[in-house]
Amino acid sequence: MTGPRQPGEAGRAVTVVEPTEVTAASGPATAGQVIEAAVPAEAAGATATLRVFRGEAGQDTRFEDFAVPVQEGMVVLDALHWIQGNAAPDLAVRWNCKAAKCGSCSAEVNGHPRLTCKTRLSDLDLAEPITVEPMRSFPHIRDLVTDVSWNYAVNRTIQPFTPPADLPQSEWRWQQADIDRLQEFRKCIECFLCQDVCHVLRSHETERPFMGPRYLVRTAGLEMHPIDQADRRPYLKELGNIGYCNITKCCTEVCPEHIAITDNAIIPLKERVADRYYDPLRWAWRVLRGRLPELPVGRELPVFPGGQPPAASADPQADGSEAAGTSPPERRDEPS
Amino acid sequence: MSEPIETHAVDVLVIGAGGAGLRAAIAAHDAGARVGLVCKSLLGKAHTVMAEGGMAAALGHVAPDDSWQVHFRDTMVGGKLLNNPRMAELHAKEAPERVRELESWGAVFDRTTDGRILQRPFGGHSHPRLAHVGDRTGLEMIRTLQDRAVSLGIDVFMECTVTRLISGAHGICGAYGYWRTTGRPVVFSAKAVVLATGGIGRAYSVTSNSWEYSGDGHALAYDAGAELIDMEFVQFHPTGMVWPPGVRGLLVTEAVRGEGGILRNRDGRRFMWDYLPEDRRGEYAATDEEAERWVRAASRSQPTDARRPPELSTRDNVSRAIYQEVRDGRGSPHGGVFLDISYLPADHVRQKLPSMYDQFKELADVDITKGPMEVGPTTHYVMGGIRVDAETGATTVAGLFAAGECAGGMHGGNRLGGNSLSDLLVFGARTGAGAAAHAAGFPGTPYLDPVQLRVAERELGEPLERLDGEDAYAIQRDLQETMQTLVGIYRTEADLTEAIARLADLRARWLAVRAPNGRAYNPGWNLVFDMRNLITVSEAISRSARQRQESRGAHSRVDYPDLDDRAWGGVNSVVHRASDGTMEVGTSPLVSMREELRALLGGAH
Repeated sequence: MTGPRQPGEAGRAVTVVEPTEVTAASGPATAGQVIEAAVPAEAAGATATLRVFRGEAGQDTRFEDFAVPVQEGMVVLDALHWIQGNAAPDLAVRWNCKAAKCGSCSAEVNGHPRLTCKTRLSDLDLAEPITVEPMRSFPHIRDLVTDVSWNYAVNRTIQPFTPPADLPQSEWRWQQADIDRLQEFRKCIECFLCQDVCHVLRSHETERPFMGPRYLVRTAGLEMHPIDQADRRPYLKELGNIGYCNITKCCTEVCPEHIAITDNAIIPLKERVADRYYDPLRWAWRVLRGRLPELPVGRELPVFPGGQPPAASADPQADGSEAAGTSPPERRDEPS
Repeated sequence: MSEPIETHAVDVLVIGAGGAGLRAAIAAHDAGARVGLVCKSLLGKAHTVMAEGGMAAALGHVAPDDSWQVHFRDTMVGGKLLNNPRMAELHAKEAPERVRELESWGAVFDRTTDGRILQRPFGGHSHPRLAHVGDRTGLEMIRTLQDRAVSLGIDVFMECTVTRLISGAHGICGAYGYWRTTGRPVVFSAKAVVLATGGIGRAYSVTSNSWEYSGDGHALAYDAGAELIDMEFVQFHPTGMVWPPGVRGLLVTEAVRGEGGILRNRDGRRFMWDYLPEDRRGEYAATDEEAERWVRAASRSQPTDARRPPELSTRDNVSRAIYQEVRDGRGSPHGGVFLDISYLPADHVRQKLPSMYDQFKELADVDITKGPMEVGPTTHYVMGGIRVDAETGATTVAGLFAAGECAGGMHGGNRLGGNSLSDLLVFGARTGAGAAAHAAGFPGTPYLDPVQLRVAERELGEPLERLDGEDAYAIQRDLQETMQTLVGIYRTEADLTEAIARLADLRARWLAVRAPNGRAYNPGWNLVFDMRNLITVSEAISRSARQRQESRGAHSRVDYPDLDDRAWGGVNSVVHRASDGTMEVGTSPLVSMREELRALLGGAH
């Protein structure tokens, strides 16, 4: 198992900057294309340098520089596509919609967790190379692609929507105002940037697993549904370990959907948990009644794959030989 | 080949995890089958996530007059009567139940003032009919289905590409593919296989489709001997972004027009008045005033006697109109036309079209509450697809099923907006059940023919081993350019013949394509097999388009500009693989329509 690269350290330790001479003039035949020519003549002058993290997990990872012709309105993902089409056909990058709707193209641009399809070159300083790295918190696979399967495993531990058994659906009624907050949570595109930037996950120093902001948002969406009947507070406290979040709001800052993760999802959930467990009157009532705390409904969280001691993966070269023989990341869900 | 290939045994293998694949997997699971669900991307990233406007279902929450009969008629009329009428009937009847089912699984739709699922108007629909969540309905749908499938414990194989179907004595009995992350091969043994792979949009350079839309299901089915129908009908959505260049083709939801968006040319003229088909003109407003009255009522979900604005004509018609305005020199600065919703209150626009607001603000520096968007046609959807049985989704090959965009017949010559998401649910559910029933009757255990596995393995390895040759991106560029310029909105015999010749050349080049640098997450290598599929699909489109010597729905021939009911009104185009391996194109009579359904069409037939 290879660990995550350490922020700003491991990558640099093995950096081999290999400037690749690629200019608009030398790009393969695009001149004959009328509609979507990658390099229109008028843009031939301006170029941006993309410094892209390359290589397979645990092997000889490095940064490579690419000179990319700049077009008006270009985003970082356009530049990565240009590199694939003209200089490095094997450059690994996830993407789908190119419109900030699917959350596939997450990466760290100049150190900031971003959707590359939404990061405009015109908002960056093109005098300096633009650094593009994979998300740091997740195990590396190749180039800009990381293993995010842990997130899917966490999702399976959450109790799904639980409508009342005795209310026929034909009688379900609620007002738009009742679901505005819910719909904010359901805007989540699962880009996992909030998980990536969450310092609880990033530093891997907790004894028990933490579900992370994405799944607190999902749980909030279920808990605040007008007719949901489940009580996920024991799960949040005992398994999801909501208490680890200390409200630094890093997740909110990086959310491309502008979900107020901390203020609207996490803090209200924390209040509900506190109300359930720590309200003195309720506590006294439980003691008097001799009731044990309820067992959480839901399943044990999987261990976060990056959760190894930092020293074990401080130098990717050190575990390179070992990593070459490791099994591929688990890509399939467990059978039920 | 020394180590054994990783193999998984399931009853029903579903290929594709968008709306149709997920719904099929859930249905097959509910029918008692052990299900495997394979997808090329991560779960929840399939193209369904990009659907914006809504799903059409005659719930009658906003327009009590609506019914399945009216929905059926709208669908058939929009499809220029080429649709499989039984599919259109089942779709109209079952869509409301499928939408309510989504709600019972946790989907949170926008609400009417009396607290029920809200419905919005869309092009070609007689009534406000689309259940929706702002302009991100697809996200709500895929997340709901995904969470449902996960909670049922269905096995999901993410980032896995199927390159070949395996056949045996009882029909299709498995599939061969590879893990994208490692490039290692994987084999599935299955008693039935459901194709739910979506569309073909990556055959064109201007498209709203993601890299996944490479016609995999169409090509896998064709190679396995199944028939493809209506392949000439490719939907060019009227409104894609045109500027800046990097976002050219990105979808601008029809909901902009559903909410009252007005199309204007460079001179400020509301040109859609000039393009309404004469026989349908009575369904549309007669004046700007009447159209605006309709918009005001629609924005409050109130009934009105005003008729709908001309912008809500069917997609084929609006696309042609925009194309002609641009061609005749009346376009916007970047080769589109103007779409304006800024005359409505800014808060209302932001609430109903939040992702459009963000998309234009962040990618094009345009505030759609203050000024118009620039839009033009973009390749969006293929009506044509694998011929299926309406009841079960069975293809013409035993053990092989298909649902969603890769299946043909439901939408005829032109799909109405909003009918796709409901199609995915209705026929996803039917096909999952159909495949599970077939699997239950499968005699014994599937036998995976080692010869077929070896052929598939060799095909995967060859591009990696070649020492020289061009990369797949060069083939993609030329393929997209060919289809965009020669097989676009307007077609001619000469262009189509030229396209077919160029495709033959591309196929020859494909045989020598090279993909260096290993199997692990190598997009240059992965693209090789997408290209194989797209070349096949593009040939099917071009040959079907050359055969149909008339203009109907989304298929417009410059050399045959009129509808020709006598010669072409009664047939679907059919493509299949001849015994010598060449592509054969022909026709077959339309699926017959029961008398009571025909009566619903009134004067339309």
